[in-house]
Amino acid sequence: MNALLALEDGSVFHGRAFGASAEGCGEVCFNTSMTGYQEILTDPSYKGQIVTMTCPLIGNYGVNSADVESWQPHVAGFAIRELSPVVSNWRAQSSLSDYLAHHGIPGIDGIDTRALTKKLRVRGALNGFISTRAISAEEAVARAKSWPGLVGVDYVKTVTHPKPFLWDEADTQSQGFQLPRGLAAAAIPAPLPPADIPIVAFDYGMKYNILRRLRQHGFKVQVVPATATAAEALSYKPAGIFLSNGPGDPAVLGYAVRAVRDLIDNGVPIFGICLGHQILGQAFGGKTFKLKFGHRGANQPVKDLESGRVEITSQNHGFAVDPATLPSDVVVDRINLNDQTVEGLRHKTRNIFCVQYHPEASPGPHDSTPLFAQFREMIRNS
Amino acid sequence: MPKRTDIHSVLIIGAGPIIIGQACEFDYSGTQACKALREEGYRIILVNSNPATIMTDPEFADRTYIEPITPECVEKIIARETEEMRRLGAKGRLVLLPTLGGQTALNTAMALVKRGTLDKYGVEMIGANAAAIQRGEDRRIFKDLMLSIGLDVPVSGVADTLEESRAVAEKIGRFPLIIRPAFTLGGTGGGIAYNREEFEVMARRGLELSPVSEILIEESLLGWKEFEMEVMRDKADNCVIICSIENFDPMGVHTGDSITVAPIQTLTDKEYQIMRDASFAVIRAVGVETGGSNIQFAVHPDNGRMVIIEMNPRVSRSSALASKATGFPIAKIAAKLAVGYLLDEIKNDITRETPASFEPTLDYVVTKIPRFAFEKFAQADPTLNTQMKSVGEAMAIGRTFKESLQKALRSLEIGRHGLGGDGRHWRIGNDVYQDRDILPRELISRRLTSPNAERIFFIRHALRAGFGVEEIFQLTKIDRWFLVQLKEIVDVEEELAASEP
Repeated sequence: MNALLALEDGSVFHGRAFGASAEGCGEVCFNTSMTGYQEILTDPSYKGQIVTMTCPLIGNYGVNSADVESWQPHVAGFAIRELSPVVSNWRAQSSLSDYLAHHGIPGIDGIDTRALTKKLRVRGALNGFISTRAISAEEAVARAKSWPGLVGVDYVKTVTHPKPFLWDEADTQSQGFQLPRGLAAAAIPAPLPPADIPIVAFDYGMKYNILRRLRQHGFKVQVVPATATAAEALSYKPAGIFLSNGPGDPAVLGYAVRAVRDLIDNGVPIFGICLGHQILGQAFGGKTFKLKFGHRGANQPVKDLESGRVEITSQNHGFAVDPATLPSDVVVDRINLNDQTVEGLRHKTRNIFCVQYHPEASPGPHDSTPLFAQFREMIRNS
Repeated sequence: MPKRTDIHSVLIIGAGPIIIGQACEFDYSGTQACKALREEGYRIILVNSNPATIMTDPEFADRTYIEPITPECVEKIIARETEEMRRLGAKGRLVLLPTLGGQTALNTAMALVKRGTLDKYGVEMIGANAAAIQRGEDRRIFKDLMLSIGLDVPVSGVADTLEESRAVAEKIGRFPLIIRPAFTLGGTGGGIAYNREEFEVMARRGLELSPVSEILIEESLLGWKEFEMEVMRDKADNCVIICSIENFDPMGVHTGDSITVAPIQTLTDKEYQIMRDASFAVIRAVGVETGGSNIQFAVHPDNGRMVIIEMNPRVSRSSALASKATGFPIAKIAAKLAVGYLLDEIKNDITRETPASFEPTLDYVVTKIPRFAFEKFAQADPTLNTQMKSVGEAMAIGRTFKESLQKALRSLEIGRHGLGGDGRHWRIGNDVYQDRDILPRELISRRLTSPNAERIFFIRHALRAGFGVEEIFQLTKIDRWFLVQLKEIVDVEEELAASEP
């Protein structure tokens, strides 16, 4: 079966189809991570995007039911250089192609993803159209051109859990992944610490590993929808507030910014990740802007300006907070060493901090896991 | 953190003559180090017994000694240079950088510590200190250290009697088992037992041969998947992975004799991150303060169990490969880190804009294939095992594994244009087969079972003779992912052959 990927600039990539017989529009972006395609596919932050991997060989280790970051994949399409004809890993339960087919997502393989990535680096993110059905190149380009794009669109409402819920009451979903060891046939997981700090997490499209990490650090997590007000959140009497990652343009989330502004005024400790960081930035009075081609991958160096330490981080964002627009009581305490953009903010007088990257990793390095303990410490001392 | 200003001269020990297992890669690393440190204004003193090296060109060091790399000789050099520095009125001190000249440099440096030479002349070791080198190099200390930081190692036990031996075997619970008698010369009396009968015989013989009547029994990792990580650390404890490597040949073949691939291909992100965390835990526990280390892992193919095999607290053979594979000059950066720079203070040579504190991400595949020369060593046993036998290697980059493998095979200069189908004949023992001949199944099976220099070609012969991927996996334990990649190359060969006019 043939597939094609068309871009708004008129270029067309022809390749082989995998996954579902389907089609869709999205902003085409590239991810530089060499592992973790299943986590990337299921990250709700990719809603509205067609993702290409710079790593050429994908699908080698298949997919499994544990390495998911939400209930389903969210990408509009997946574009890769070469799909593995075989799945080879003891954890695999299915092939990547079958998995995408099951979830109705089109995939294209056999295209020059390096040429595609170079184009995106030079031109910036481009709108695109992917199809694994019979369609002419002209029509595909027309579809890519007519797609309105994701600036100004609220994707958060499409991926937030509509009803509040308590995360993993039975403690069955929060254990970190472990390998079998030495003489033991199977690893016996250490018990989770008691969930003794109640917090409310705003779900803008939250990755499960954030919830797992919060639980592993002793938080009892009440999840509320993105549209929840400050009063609704505070009705749970939380000791802290968590603001999650999420998809799309942060500038259209007036309701979320209002809620967070009220929470800042309330004085409750707050920790934000990714979109949560951008919402906090706006609630502080700052503005966000669209990066040329975004940061997506598992090798982004971030410098903690206060300690001098460098963390290799997992990132996925197309927008950033403009430091010039921030008030003087907010400090930029972390920057990206590749382009010097803002990666972390800290309020000088209140118990509020946030990061643009993903300390929960998955996929990616665990260098920033201590931020969850830092959140706990901040609440303890507040 | 700026570079150290208390250093005047840096003594770099080279690797000496080119031998199997220690070849020109250490000339490459040493030369990079000389250049990097000279650039910083330090006075470079180099000792290397091999004049046929780049680093011994006069322009790379301020003083070059082409002398034997022995503790006695290096001690004399230190004495002479200490005197020279006094004469020059040097304000700073003399330091020794032992981690860039392979095992020879490391061993010589350790001998100088033991002789008291470094203390006597007040010479500091930079890069790695003596205690760290000891922890990384002594198998027993290393193993205990790994267990103490919660990492997994091969299960083993010591026994003094046959009954105890049986109990240890029982505890490990599966064959094969490795038996090593204590204190026998060159490991005499050791071996691998594949079943209870063999174990009884070997344990009894081992106990008899050991002068202290003691044997070490260890679970065998034969057939496990093998991986390597190239790690860098700076003085502020920033750690990065420069390159991850997966071995095509499973455990049992020396890494230097294995076909290796970067980056790792068959691990999920969850497994890879555990390996990454473990690599940092190892370099920190061993205490390599700055510079590079190479850490080797074995992974059970059926349950993912991951054990640490060993670490090299120095720039290693794989470092040269990793440098070329990623564009990250490991030896050069290791040298700069040793004199106090931090990773984020050093510019990345490729981008020239971003710092060296990042992890290279590849949009290609790198394959290294060892080059053997058994035809020149008639006496040598061509079976590959844990002792390195290759005399060189070819490395190639491609957008797919198939492309990089074919390019690397062609680069070996053994007269082949790739995996096969190039019209060249095959000489096997005294027999000559035409390129597209189907080889006898029995011959193929034999050459697949025991690792040898031509095994990769025998996988092609096997596929063409109708062996299934699963059958080849059972004979070789080479991961099915690699085997299917080879099958795709063979499929194209068949397609081309069928379409010939």
